[in-house]
Amino acid sequence: MSSVDAINADELRDLYRELILDHARKPRHFGKLDGATHTALGINPLCGDKLHLYLRVDESGKICDAQFEGSGCAISVASASLLTENVIGLNKDEALDRFGEVTSRLTGSAELSVKNVDLGKLRALEGVRDFPARVKCATLAWHALNSAILQRQSPARTE
Amino acid sequence: MSQVRADNSENLALPDVRADFPALQQAVNGQALVYLDSAASAQQPAAVIDAVANYQRHDHANVHRGVHTLSHRATEAYEGARDKLQAFINADKRSEIILTSGTTESINLVAQSFCRPKIGPGDKILITHLEHHSNIVPWQLLCEQTDAELLVAPMDELGQLDLDVLRALLTDDIVLLAIGHVSNALGTVNPIKEIIGWAKERDIAVLVDGAQGVPHMAVDVQDLDCDFYAFSGHKMFGPTGTGVLYGREALLDAMPPWQGGGDMILEVRLDGTTFNDLPYKFEAGTPGIAGVIGLGAAVDYLTGLGMDRIARQEKDLLEYMMTKLGDIEGVRLIGTAAQKASVQSFMLDDIHPHDLGTILDHQGVAIRTGHHCAMPVMEFFGLPGTARASIALYNNSDDVDRLVAAVEKARQIFA
Repeated sequence: MSSVDAINADELRDLYRELILDHARKPRHFGKLDGATHTALGINPLCGDKLHLYLRVDESGKICDAQFEGSGCAISVASASLLTENVIGLNKDEALDRFGEVTSRLTGSAELSVKNVDLGKLRALEGVRDFPARVKCATLAWHALNSAILQRQSPARTE
Repeated sequence: MSQVRADNSENLALPDVRADFPALQQAVNGQALVYLDSAASAQQPAAVIDAVANYQRHDHANVHRGVHTLSHRATEAYEGARDKLQAFINADKRSEIILTSGTTESINLVAQSFCRPKIGPGDKILITHLEHHSNIVPWQLLCEQTDAELLVAPMDELGQLDLDVLRALLTDDIVLLAIGHVSNALGTVNPIKEIIGWAKERDIAVLVDGAQGVPHMAVDVQDLDCDFYAFSGHKMFGPTGTGVLYGREALLDAMPPWQGGGDMILEVRLDGTTFNDLPYKFEAGTPGIAGVIGLGAAVDYLTGLGMDRIARQEKDLLEYMMTKLGDIEGVRLIGTAAQKASVQSFMLDDIHPHDLGTILDHQGVAIRTGHHCAMPVMEFFGLPGTARASIALYNNSDDVDRLVAAVEKARQIFA
């Protein structure tokens, strides 16, 4: 294998990490959530990706449950799956902060963000930074999260 | 001159023309570029790039006005391109070649200028399930504006039109049939000459969307006997923002202007305007002069190679690509009509086309992934999109082999 091939292979492995492939193949919290208090539709019209995000928020403002359904590429499905795992237990403000952290981290503007919290498993999504054409796939679910919490009526879009 | 060259070499294989295309001489992600996305937009030969640059450097001025030398040169070159385009599709008259910004504008022009004045409730427009968005949406808009009805001729699982149903749908209340020559998503070549014949029996006007036709085969609008033929410059190795609407002179003459402005008038008074003759009646404002001159150079290039030779080579290569792709475990070919050109859509296992596209791009192989601006076709197959490899005159079997190797690599990553 030439050095170019090796670099390419590394970048690809970085994008399609085992954790991403695992969540793409077996998305967690998949399906419609009965009793959802907040929902949003996220669409990426350029590639046709579409997902519904469902949240159940209790009276104190805490996200007690999160599920999603829809279709998309491995990156967008894995991102949505990781999102549901990540935001359960956060209150709405914390989830909005997380939206900001994740989107700035994935779009490469992390240095601009004030709070540089450890994103844990979500760091697996950082591979998209080398693939500008795929950043929107990774951020779609997060834009839907933002829309759901802010109870926006129109579908969330990444552009 | 070019005609002689084409005739003499009728039985010869196409020469290797890759060296003519500067964009193909580069590495992408560390690998020699394999460009298999010409159905979205084709690369341009140096002859086209140089024609545009030469015009910009030496001959630029506005056309059809001004007595000075540069304006004369610009007009000669611009109108010379129209003559080349006329010959390229064998139109009867140069006045039948309307220069537009592309297939989309050409189709919208026919919808709004030819159909809209004569259509109303009870009238129908017929399209097919194979169309891409630019041959669907203009007709939806027209039908909303006029309360006319839009009918869609169905296709089968191979991606072929059901010709019996299509023929039965050609009834007297159809004002116009709008049909693609070649499907951009599936590569299906429709038997448009036969279909046009059926429409003519009932005096139904026919618009052929030739965006994917002209880059891959000889087109003769008089032989086809179509009323309108629309195509784009950038899919036939010319610049973006250029295109053609061919229309029968008698129909174009009777149509009102599409847009108002300079160049499309003979005399303007504040109480009224006399419109210019064809083709200028439909070309309001300063046109994309440089692009059209580049398109003229693309016509010269294609004519020099010979469209029949191009078609033969591409047919062989498409068959090779279909066979090699089909042999890969987990690949499902989408669109397997008996008559095809240039395009093969496919799926690999349950891998989303965008993931496949990224992995291929990382190996220097450019394909299109997604719905190909033909969402109804994707819906028919129950797919969010496909991977699509499309070939043009500069592709060869090495490109196909690289594609196959890259697809196999994707399979390993997702295994």
